[in-house]
Amino acid sequence: MQARSESALGVQRRRQARLLVLPALLVLLAIAGWPLLRTFYFSLTDAQLANLQGTQFVGLVNYIGEAGVLRDPEWWQSVRNTLWFAFLSVTLETLFGLGVALLLNHPSRVRALLRAAVLVPWAIPTIVSAKMWAWMLHDQFGIINAMLQHVGLIREPLAWTADPNLTFTTIVMVDVWKTTPFMALLILAALQLVPPDCYEAAHVDGVPRWRVFRKITLPLIMPAVLVAMIFRTLDALRVFDLIYVMTPNSSTTKSMSVYVREQLIDFQQVGYGSAAATLLFLTIALITICYMGFTRSREEQ
Amino acid sequence: MKRTTPAGQAFYYFCVAIVVIIAVFPLVYAISTSFKSGSELFSTQLLPGKASWRNYLSLFRDQPFGTNLLNSVIVAGTVVILSLGVSLLAAYALGRVSFRGRGVLMMTILAVSMFPQVAVLSGLFELVNWLKMYDHLGALILSDLIFTLPFTVWILVTFMRELPKELEEAALMDGCGVLTLIFKIFMPLLAPAIAATSLLAFIAAWNEFLFALTFTLSTDERTVPVAIALLSGASSYELPWGNIMAASVIVTLPLIVLVLIFQRQIVSGLTAGAVKG
Repeated sequence: MQARSESALGVQRRRQARLLVLPALLVLLAIAGWPLLRTFYFSLTDAQLANLQGTQFVGLVNYIGEAGVLRDPEWWQSVRNTLWFAFLSVTLETLFGLGVALLLNHPSRVRALLRAAVLVPWAIPTIVSAKMWAWMLHDQFGIINAMLQHVGLIREPLAWTADPNLTFTTIVMVDVWKTTPFMALLILAALQLVPPDCYEAAHVDGVPRWRVFRKITLPLIMPAVLVAMIFRTLDALRVFDLIYVMTPNSSTTKSMSVYVREQLIDFQQVGYGSAAATLLFLTIALITICYMGFTRSREEQ
Repeated sequence: MKRTTPAGQAFYYFCVAIVVIIAVFPLVYAISTSFKSGSELFSTQLLPGKASWRNYLSLFRDQPFGTNLLNSVIVAGTVVILSLGVSLLAAYALGRVSFRGRGVLMMTILAVSMFPQVAVLSGLFELVNWLKMYDHLGALILSDLIFTLPFTVWILVTFMRELPKELEEAALMDGCGVLTLIFKIFMPLLAPAIAATSLLAFIAAWNEFLFALTFTLSTDERTVPVAIALLSGASSYELPWGNIMAASVIVTLPLIVLVLIFQRQIVSGLTAGAVKG
């Protein structure tokens, strides 16, 4: 009697659980699953934004046709831009984040001030930071140019958001400023999980600080740092806001997302744009699957 | 524990100073700019000679910025409430009941937050039009759930798991329905986690730009990020930088105050998923 009622309870609980998850699933299906499938569908048609109903199936023309995405040099430029942006930003954000995390980990009286200050760039909305930096980097009235000229590093003011040679640097710089706090906080959490006994033992043995860091701290926080880097990379590959607001018409910074939206909304080419969107989605999906497969195999070990 | 040399101390304080200045200077300069007017706007001195509220006044006068602020509050607030309601249910099931397919479900929900927004843009555009919600805040509330829901579920699952089993068993034994259990018993215990998640979700929805840009047309329906990005001046070439900085300050200061007050909760929310999960 006891066993039967327990398993009946278990079945009821499991059925209940499935019902409880249903609302979330339905919402995500409606706003993510369905639109994604539509995007795949549109990529195989000649849909235009003004008339999404009257579409004709055109197969893979949007991908590999003569005027297809895969043959557009601007697409490949945006792929290069995005990959390079992701690599540079994430690397710099991790290095600087590590530095800031070490500073935050060091006990001191100014630690609270440091943490509050470091949260400021993170709290500022991306659009607002884009505008703040655009103003500071303004070619005529910007304070950065004024300071650089004052110190004698440059003679003429630089066009940070217009000069094709500089726009990429500008974008990376602002993104690093905005996102380093996030990395710093994640790395700090990992640093604080390191048991102090490790340090005590090394201290007693008289091991120099740099060695302690390299041989003890770094390996212990590396898993968390890698997770943070993967998440940041997936985020960086989708970059849109910063580039759209700071350097809108620059082919040297156009990311894949910016390219897609331009095709979809500005040029109204829903079929073509959806093909590009699908390619972007597949890129990110591939990297995500590789990463999940990698962690699953590590867990099984 | 670690004895630092005086040189080490000096180096530490030097580094801290540099980091603080780099982190805070842009905001300080924006505040200073927002109080400058006329030709002073184009000088680069740090403190405005003649501080004036002119930029703030013209910001609200020349465009419906007050309405834009209200729009952002409505969208972000509604998104948070909807996310929480739906996520609490799902998080209970995913965190405390083991059923077949649970792991896959979790991964799927998390995977949605990895979608590039542009990949669902055309589909959502069609959906929004079909629901006749184009140029309405409803379109944004709906779209923003795509990223708030997954991470709200993820964070709440992590915290739900830690709640004591005895409490749940006692409640169920007393004949409590599962909804009462979740909302009357567990929810108060999860208050810090809910605070952290709500704040993070609010900030994410507040900052959202792509959907807000694409699904609204009239200036009255815009949210704050779009309004700031599209602030234009009298001439088509010169941007009203004073107004833009004033808008930036208005939008940023409350966020910073919120973030500083809830520092601990935010940090624990951010790291719960990454480090523990």
